[in-house]
Amino acid sequence: MAKAAVRERTSDSAGEADLVGLYRLALLIRRFEESVYRKFREGKMGGYLHRYDGQEAGVVGIIPLLRLPGDYVLCTYRDHGHALACGTSPRAVMAELFGRATGCAYGKGGSMHLIDPDRGFLGGDGIVGGPVPISLGVGYALKYRGTDNVCVCYFGDGAMNQGGVHEALNMAALYKLPILYVLENNQYAMGTSLSRSTAQTDFVLKARAHGIAGEEVDGMDVLVVRQAAERALRRIREMGEPYFLELETYRFVGHGIGDDNTGGQKFYRTQEEVERWKQRDPILLLRRALEERGLLSPQEADQIEAEVRARVQDAIQFAEESPEPPLDALYENVFS
Amino acid sequence: MPGGEFRKVEEPPAGRRGASRGLETQMPVMRYQEALRLAMTEEMERDESVFILGEEVGQYQGTYRVTEGMLQRFGPRRVVDTPISEIGIAGMATGAAMVGLRPVAEFMTWSFALEAMDQLVNHAAKITYMSGGRIQCPVVFRGPAGVGGQLSAQHSQSLESWYAHTPGFKVVMPATPADAKGLLKTAIRDPNPVIFMENTGLYPQRGEVPDDPEFTVPFGQAAVRREGRDITLAAYSFMTVLCLRAAEALERDGIDCEVIDLRTVVPLDMETLAASVRKTHRAVVAQQEWKNVSMVSELAARIYESCFDDLDAPVERIGGADVPMPYAKNLERAAIPSEADIVAAVRRVLS
Repeated sequence: MAKAAVRERTSDSAGEADLVGLYRLALLIRRFEESVYRKFREGKMGGYLHRYDGQEAGVVGIIPLLRLPGDYVLCTYRDHGHALACGTSPRAVMAELFGRATGCAYGKGGSMHLIDPDRGFLGGDGIVGGPVPISLGVGYALKYRGTDNVCVCYFGDGAMNQGGVHEALNMAALYKLPILYVLENNQYAMGTSLSRSTAQTDFVLKARAHGIAGEEVDGMDVLVVRQAAERALRRIREMGEPYFLELETYRFVGHGIGDDNTGGQKFYRTQEEVERWKQRDPILLLRRALEERGLLSPQEADQIEAEVRARVQDAIQFAEESPEPPLDALYENVFS
Repeated sequence: MPGGEFRKVEEPPAGRRGASRGLETQMPVMRYQEALRLAMTEEMERDESVFILGEEVGQYQGTYRVTEGMLQRFGPRRVVDTPISEIGIAGMATGAAMVGLRPVAEFMTWSFALEAMDQLVNHAAKITYMSGGRIQCPVVFRGPAGVGGQLSAQHSQSLESWYAHTPGFKVVMPATPADAKGLLKTAIRDPNPVIFMENTGLYPQRGEVPDDPEFTVPFGQAAVRREGRDITLAAYSFMTVLCLRAAEALERDGIDCEVIDLRTVVPLDMETLAASVRKTHRAVVAQQEWKNVSMVSELAARIYESCFDDLDAPVERIGGADVPMPYAKNLERAAIPSEADIVAAVRRVLS
């Protein structure tokens, strides 16, 4: 379970409508992932499938705070939620997963390489730790141009054991680059738990060792993440220095399609553990918070549910009806 | 201190001469390094989005003095000294290119780029394709490659065939000071990742270099360095120089060699090479790198594919011995191809 103190949430600068919007986004991501899984099982798409179920607070609490385009987002291969949060249409994401010409990368990227530069989303990255060195250049360009824009770079707990990540963290601090590093600690690097992979599990300490200030927050609570991110982003824009947020989170499903049923997961985690984390489902927590504040009635929640399901269904239909890329496209885009 | 500022330049260099920028009408003569520096200087003056980064490129004035004086001229915002972190350097350059800057990253030697292979091959070379063309990546990776002088196994490589093998890279191997300038300028202006390999053996070479800031050398256009009718010698980088020397030696025996400098191995000017082979009916292809599964293997295969009926003899490949580079002087000499090796190969092909 989460290993550190959870910061209490207090007030939120977002308007009430915004908070309902966050719920709508979180639910969209969840329903999207559930539908994608069904379509994957129906054989509608290939490759790997890394679902975001359970980790939604990581993008819902942060990306809506960004100025897109202008700011930039980088992440790894569990990237469907990041694309949707950046505003890439569910149609373009679904079509990409289906390998269609209408996908956000015209069918050439697939699940791990969603991308939407027009909205500041510089892509998923199939390499654990891969986006962290890339963030240096994005952050450097923002500084080079004298903007107060920010690069948000997501990666997982597994990435913290890759050498390039530490090269990059040092350089980000050395050059004082405007980067928000978001470590989505879902407790497992594929099937290897933190305790089996990492001797020093205090990741904020590791960031500090590189000269980057940071904090660990409850990554299951959208409003807690949002509050921490607001502070962090303000700090980065004002000071022009990187900051490090560790989100304590959990994925409710397997790492990928290979362990996407409990059969595969039983080798590295228990059903009881999964159920325990599901008690803190970010969507349930957010819904409860909105209900407590009188911002969301059951009828409104039902309506949002219906809207979201319709959007996902529309995306599936769009993808199914979209053409595959023309064969001429095979040799296109090797070079610009 | 707020992080918005760039660190100060600590000390100007003492009495070092900058790149030749003479106003004289005749073409300036300069060394290969100076030509590289002139290319970067001109491009940085022309385009604000160009900046350079790497280990010791600034305050130290460049390990091989290629970037001498540039920190003083452009300041630390555009001449970035980095830690010894090749993954960080390659990632920083790639990321900056993805959002519209034009970085020129120096590897102290191409052997050290092995540290950064994931950023190079999995990121820089692929982002344009993976994004369906939505991202451009105008980045140049440059630095010395090849054999120095008893630098032994971990510092004597270029591995251009690895990069040429990878779709998404342009691979540039200049042999002369003029090409060093003209090809580097083209590399900086190219919207794609460019692998730009200099050869330590060429750094001291001097030659005429156009000082016209608009002088560039296009990619994919081989140069016929010497016309001849008996045999085609195709090479690039340092081996072009050795092929020219071998051609001179062979001329004394009445053998007339045509020497083709490929200049870039991706894109490859197969047209010029094939036209030459169709004329001479014989070919020797040469490189300094290991021979096994390499550029010369590719060149020989392509010559067979396109000129099989024109050949009067099998193509000979010249390359380094397939061993890690030994330290001892005599062993090193035995491991790298020489002018004599080329002469011998030509005689075999003609016999």
